[in-house]
Amino acid sequence: MNNQKEIIIAVEQVKKYFKEVKAVDGIDLKIHAGEYVALLGPNGAGKTTLVEMIEGIQQPNHGKISIKGKNWKHHQDELHRIIGLSLQETRFIDKLSVLETLNLFAGFYGLSKGKVSEILDLVNLEEKKKTWVVNLSGGQRQRLALGIALLNDPEILLLDEPTTGLDPTARREVWDILMKLKNERNTTMILTTHYMEEASYLCEKIVIMHSGKILAQGTLDELLSKHVKGEAIDFALDRSISKDDLPKTEKVIKIDYDEDNLNGEIIVEDLVSYLPKFLDVVKQNNLNLTSLECRKMTLDDLFISMTGRHLND
Amino acid sequence: MLKELIELIKIHFKEFFREPGIIFWAILFPILMAWGLGTAFTKKGELIRTVAYVEQANTDSDNGPSFITALLSKTKVNENGLFTATFGNDKLGITTYKFVPSNWDEAIIKLKRGEVNLILDHRKDSLEYHFDPLNPEAQLAYLQLHGLINQQDLSNDEASIQPLTQIGTRYIDFLVPGLMALNVMMSCMWGIGYSLIDKRMKKLLRRMVATPMRKSSFLIAQFISRVTLSGLEAVLLVVFTMLYFDIEIQGNIGALILLFVSGNMAFTGIAILVSSRTSNTQVGNGLINAVVMPMMILSGVFFSYRNFPDWTVSIIEKFPLTLLADNLRSIFIEGAGLAQVLVPTVILAGLGVITFSVGLRIYKWY
Repeated sequence: MNNQKEIIIAVEQVKKYFKEVKAVDGIDLKIHAGEYVALLGPNGAGKTTLVEMIEGIQQPNHGKISIKGKNWKHHQDELHRIIGLSLQETRFIDKLSVLETLNLFAGFYGLSKGKVSEILDLVNLEEKKKTWVVNLSGGQRQRLALGIALLNDPEILLLDEPTTGLDPTARREVWDILMKLKNERNTTMILTTHYMEEASYLCEKIVIMHSGKILAQGTLDELLSKHVKGEAIDFALDRSISKDDLPKTEKVIKIDYDEDNLNGEIIVEDLVSYLPKFLDVVKQNNLNLTSLECRKMTLDDLFISMTGRHLND
Repeated sequence: MLKELIELIKIHFKEFFREPGIIFWAILFPILMAWGLGTAFTKKGELIRTVAYVEQANTDSDNGPSFITALLSKTKVNENGLFTATFGNDKLGITTYKFVPSNWDEAIIKLKRGEVNLILDHRKDSLEYHFDPLNPEAQLAYLQLHGLINQQDLSNDEASIQPLTQIGTRYIDFLVPGLMALNVMMSCMWGIGYSLIDKRMKKLLRRMVATPMRKSSFLIAQFISRVTLSGLEAVLLVVFTMLYFDIEIQGNIGALILLFVSGNMAFTGIAILVSSRTSNTQVGNGLINAVVMPMMILSGVFFSYRNFPDWTVSIIEKFPLTLLADNLRSIFIEGAGLAQVLVPTVILAGLGVITFSVGLRIYKWY
């Protein structure tokens, strides 16, 4: 745990404005060696702008970014060598094969063919190495982009929405590669995503962003225990019931009930004592439950409680 | 670094040869154009021209149609019952005029459609020729028919005519160097300019510069692969026209290569400058056309710009495409050597270096 003390990326009071829009509006962030960090937030939260400033693609209007004590203005070449990145929606050359595309980028780093086949293996594209990029599936393209990001054995990996638009299986394949990397190397990673499952599965540190600002950051448990209380009961009924008929105890935090759609959510402090009372009401009113789910609070609940919006909006 | 340069050049070739459309338009199309234009304007065959004649309705029919009798004595009647008159000889090529009777309105419509370019209007005592005096074909028809009707044949003075058919003076000899220059411009402007804008739009450019790749080697690779490809295109064009039309390169081959390379430098630089800012391929399309179209039309690729008004000629002469086409032509057909084309070669190379440097300075990589 000692090496985790070293701060690899320090973002201080960074702001980036586009005309009227404050894309990034005063962000401070410290990332330690070996950490996997997720920037979680809906579209337009400023995740990409922040990551692109760390990547040196955009320059902040205000504030400072240093990576291992270096900055983009004076140490561009050095930083290019230690960073691997994948941009949102990069399209590579259609009629080049996977292998040729990797060879091209390997050439930029002065790497050998051996490195390229190691990468093919790592991102599981060995069988597709002769396929033209234009004929790859979405998941294969993302793995190619990831492979290119990993060519130079980067100390720092910056991935902008690496799994957006992928089906669950393809997403899981990308996650497996990243988890393997985490276990085998001491890579530091920042990943942007609007999938809370991705953030909580891959990253020990989650930074929730909204409108160019950081809303909250910490581990999943820290975030949940600090910012949201209770457990949720999500239900749907076959007939209408008045909201007032639902049991109210001092342990209830919030009741939402939509009389038109016959479904609702009750957030309570203590599920075990509340649930029987709820079921009694259902029984006494001769209602049937068409669905019932009891769950822990999630990052999405946290986000809704802070902004009124869903993460995926 | 050499390795990255080689990789970059390799992908350009692969991109080129894996796109069948590009091969057709870049290599076969110019050759087809040379063949088509060269055949149409070099080998003079037998021409048939139609002339409309109008017999005014109130002509005194008792005296007979004097126009037709006047003509009849000199002409033949073909299988369709039309009067015809033939001029020329082997040296000049043969032109046959076919006379089609019409009324005035029909004749005018035919003229507008370009089916005829001269109308003979026979009035009571006179014969009127209606044609556009700016149309040289119509003018020639007028002179020949007028001569025929007035009993003087202008064309059969064989002894005094020396047709220019020797190599270097034909249309195809004029055309091939022009096509070569045009190819260089098109290949650089679209092959480099457009493809850079497209790569920027796909965010590939910013992905590439987020590596230690040198920006200058990226752009130099564009030049090297482009000069090789347009060189290949030019060789194929020249070889084809040598075999088919017997064209010759009368001047110095070394000078030709040097001039060709510096022409590529000029247009690579211009293409990089033109593509330096926009990431929208439609804007890029317009920008490239704005550069390419005026030169394509004015720079004397297909016909000499010397017929344009004097004040425009002095401007046209300074276009890079004009410089390239004129000097390629002087090597091909005037036997020019290095000394004669040195100044334009240096100017074109210099233009390339300047536009390249400015383009690199303001280039939008992200």
